[in-house]
Amino acid sequence: MMRRLLAIWHARNLEFLRDRGSLIFTLLLPLALIVGMSFVFGGPERAVFKVGVVTDDLGSVHHPFMSERFVDFIPVDDLAVAVRKVGRHQLDLLIDAQRGRTRYWVNEDSPKGYVAERLLLQSDPQAIRQSVSGDAVRYVDWLFPGILGMNMMFSCLFGVGYVVLRYRKGGFLKRLNATPVTAFEFLTAQVLSRLGLILIVTTMLYVGVGYVIGFHSAGNPALLFLIATLGALSLIALGLTIAARFSSDELVGGLLNTLTWPMMLLSGVWFSLEGSPDWIRFVARLFPLTHILDAARAVMLDGAGFTAILPQLVYLAVTTLVFLAFGAWSFRWRTD
Amino acid sequence: MAPILEVRDLVKLYPGVTAVDGVSFEVAEGICFGLLGPNGAGKTTTIEIIEGIVPASSGEVRYAGAPLDNRFRNEAGILFQKTALQDFLTVRQTLNLFRGLYPRGFDIDELLQLCSLQKLADRDHRKLSGGQQQRLLLAIALVNDPAILFLDEPTTGFDPQARRNFWKLIESVKARRRTIILTTHYMEEAQRLCDEIAIMDRGRIIARGSPQRLLAEHFADVLIELPRDDFPPEARSLPLRLIEGADRIEITTDDLDGTLRALMAAHVPLRHLRIRPPNLEDLFLELTGKELRP
Repeated sequence: MMRRLLAIWHARNLEFLRDRGSLIFTLLLPLALIVGMSFVFGGPERAVFKVGVVTDDLGSVHHPFMSERFVDFIPVDDLAVAVRKVGRHQLDLLIDAQRGRTRYWVNEDSPKGYVAERLLLQSDPQAIRQSVSGDAVRYVDWLFPGILGMNMMFSCLFGVGYVVLRYRKGGFLKRLNATPVTAFEFLTAQVLSRLGLILIVTTMLYVGVGYVIGFHSAGNPALLFLIATLGALSLIALGLTIAARFSSDELVGGLLNTLTWPMMLLSGVWFSLEGSPDWIRFVARLFPLTHILDAARAVMLDGAGFTAILPQLVYLAVTTLVFLAFGAWSFRWRTD
Repeated sequence: MAPILEVRDLVKLYPGVTAVDGVSFEVAEGICFGLLGPNGAGKTTTIEIIEGIVPASSGEVRYAGAPLDNRFRNEAGILFQKTALQDFLTVRQTLNLFRGLYPRGFDIDELLQLCSLQKLADRDHRKLSGGQQQRLLLAIALVNDPAILFLDEPTTGFDPQARRNFWKLIESVKARRRTIILTTHYMEEAQRLCDEIAIMDRGRIIARGSPQRLLAEHFADVLIELPRDDFPPEARSLPLRLIEGADRIEITTDDLDGTLRALMAAHVPLRHLRIRPPNLEDLFLELTGKELRP
């Protein structure tokens, strides 16, 4: 039995080692994760709360609350914008200690805002609470577009990536290659098929879950549909760039995970990136999902119009074309 | 008449291996051309270069007098050795998919009938038997009513009954005056279907012509077969050309009368004797000095 076991073990090791792509990937992913994690969660302490401070210079503010640990203090110059961010769960608390008694704003619907408020009142019981309730959204309202976007991302990337890989491995693509079909035609058909599916599913979720949680979009539903369409196109095209050429399950699976996990964590699905280091925000701005969520939240929560979300729409359209062009260029019908 | 297909000096190099080593031939319109050889002879690589699936390292393929272009893709039908189809589709849906890729071709019902698939039209293609699957793949290859049909070892793994049924199908395609390029390592298949053959070994064509002509060229003789047990040891000293098999002995000769007289004089019992003309199997053995490696 041991001999058979060893023979199989050895053959599997050889197979794995000869699959260069997967091998390199297996080594690089943990490295990238470790480096990334050490940046995100490293340093002497990790902020739990994000508190906006109305000031030009954070160093000039001397308030006992400012010595609390695990709180990230973010200077804000525009009070109205900052109050809105509290309402949108992008800041847990906002304080203004410039003159007289400290004033603070908190979203009554925010669990983190509640705890941050307790901390503030411990160090400064005289602080005066200001209401943002009229303009506040519930956390669930803020989260809702994120969940829809995340679902869209997984469906687009994995749905397209693995299907094309399976077609290639089984020889179905090779068979299609023997017909007059071009790579562009095949890829476009895949994009459109997945696009139709994802739009139907997302619309159903939007209507169904929206009804259950009592969600009301402040903006134009047609704009939301446009964002969903362009967003799904960009994500599907991104999936195709990965499925375009490789024939290894492990490599494709790994690459898809490498794309989806950072997007899920950094595109603002679960929490706002307000106050994060610049480089994280820069990376996040590269992801299509970030732009989808920014635009969707602007329309759903603030009732933004077409011109307000035009930059995001342009980014999604441009990335779609770039990814599709790259996918068509690097496309392989056969396993090598 | 100008050949429908011209292949000139095809070479395919893989690292450390020359899979195809200077292959040239032409195929006249309307014939069945067989590319024969053992596994690993380079048949599939050659045919896939011609189909435009694999790029050649050097050499040229011309279809109807021109380099391969869109016309070829529209007019060629291809049956690969192995093809996975899209999951969850019925036979009819699969044929509809491929029919949709060509500007012209068969009516699906006509095609189902031609390939004896009428009763299976609404079945999931994954639930077909091996022979039925291959009939579906042939139907896909025929979906555009191709002028030229490529069949790469179409009956490998079939039982004799299924193989014979498949041959009948190919013969009905032949009857429609379509050009067929067939690779096979079954000599019986080539002998039954092919008007012209090329025998390949180690990436090269080592003989080419009609089966009858090749046999006539290489064998002026007939073959006499005897059971090994009937062949006494002393008869081995006779001046005969013997080929020893596991349970038979074959004698090749161009003087049948003389050989039979010599055998009778040596008291070899002739009760189980068989005289037969040589076949492609014998030709292959003669040309390559080895058995087929199926």
